[in-house]
Amino acid sequence: MTKPTLAQPVPVPASRILAVGGMRGGTLVPNDDIIGPINSSDEWITQRTGIRTRARAGREVSVKDLAVGAAEDALAKAELTGADLGAVLVSTVTHFEQTPSLAALVADTIGATPAPAYDISAACAGYCYGIAQADALVRAGTAEHVLVIGVEKMSDFIDPSDRTISFLLGDGAGAAVVSHSETPGIAPTVWGSDGGKADAIYQTRSWLDYRRQEMGEPEPPTPELAEEVSAMTTPTLRQQGPTVFKWVISSMPDIARRAVAAAGLQMSDIDVFLPHQANMRITDQLLKLLKFREDVVVGRDIADTGNTSAASIPLATERLLREGQAKSGDIALQIGFGAGLVYAAQVVVLP
Amino acid sequence: MAHSEEDILAGLAEIVNEETGLETDAVQADKSFTDDLDIDSLSMMTIVTLAEEKFDVRIPDEEVKNLATVGDAVKYIVQAQS
Repeated sequence: MTKPTLAQPVPVPASRILAVGGMRGGTLVPNDDIIGPINSSDEWITQRTGIRTRARAGREVSVKDLAVGAAEDALAKAELTGADLGAVLVSTVTHFEQTPSLAALVADTIGATPAPAYDISAACAGYCYGIAQADALVRAGTAEHVLVIGVEKMSDFIDPSDRTISFLLGDGAGAAVVSHSETPGIAPTVWGSDGGKADAIYQTRSWLDYRRQEMGEPEPPTPELAEEVSAMTTPTLRQQGPTVFKWVISSMPDIARRAVAAAGLQMSDIDVFLPHQANMRITDQLLKLLKFREDVVVGRDIADTGNTSAASIPLATERLLREGQAKSGDIALQIGFGAGLVYAAQVVVLP
Repeated sequence: MAHSEEDILAGLAEIVNEETGLETDAVQADKSFTDDLDIDSLSMMTIVTLAEEKFDVRIPDEEVKNLATVGDAVKYIVQAQS
């Protein structure tokens, strides 16, 4: 007797980004307001990072509020409602609850229940990871419309006295609706990870270590971390800036070129370059190393918004489209890279 | 093929010129990257990355802080080639 054959979803040929929305923290904090605890200057920060202000949200605005704001903007532009969504994916490292996921909470608030919803932890590559997953869900026939959100409220996680990363960081959310398409709008993702470099961007101590200390059962911190842990007992972020810089400029050009090749295109076909807004110096160096057309439009939202981790690429996209520097139908190369280390790049058609 | 010390110095001078706009003549073995050439940590990483490519050597991140002068970098690259 033969076994019955299972039904599987019928794949659809193509997907695309239907709309991109965003929400930034409501206050643009200038360099002069943060230099005190790090004994720095406006000139030093501007010269090292290209950042003049970073968007920060007040205490009353939660990471969920930012995510919902970006989601509603993207849904309105797509002329859809939450009820149309087949899945909600949220990339974040600043949702301070192990469970439930931020995605489930956001999905319910925007009226997407009972859509499947889950979080992604891929730091500054999280949005591009989300687009890769949404593309796969849509083309596999699993969902017709998928909402991808990259959101961070980094101001809840930073240490104002930290000179390695905190002064770069801002708060915001970007969201994209990924949908069925007649023509291909999302090329293959080139992505990967290297956990061997986990100490390049890291949390100073684990929440478990912190919890045990709170319960009176502290774990001795590693000697190298003892000093900073005693100065700042709550877990926070650090990076080895020059190490990260070198990793990006030596490894990401090849990933970018492979993403363009995977799309069946040449570098000269790229209209818009959307790197993760890590540091303007990184963006400038990538531009030097990748041979784009001279008139390529470049996302430089970092100058005002700061580095918003998973939100930075969709926020840069949203801004270029809103300000008319980029237009619907433009071919964009987006590349995210960050703590893990992780990275992801893909060529997309702008909505 | 191994590069000579002269080749490496000249090559480094070109890289520094490309990154900072400094004249290649200014890049001498006794010059300090930070104090004389005003090169910050990120520019230094760019120079190191380009030098690795040009001379086909590997310069670990933890070595970079030991390369105070242009001459230190030349010496390191000569040794790393062999």
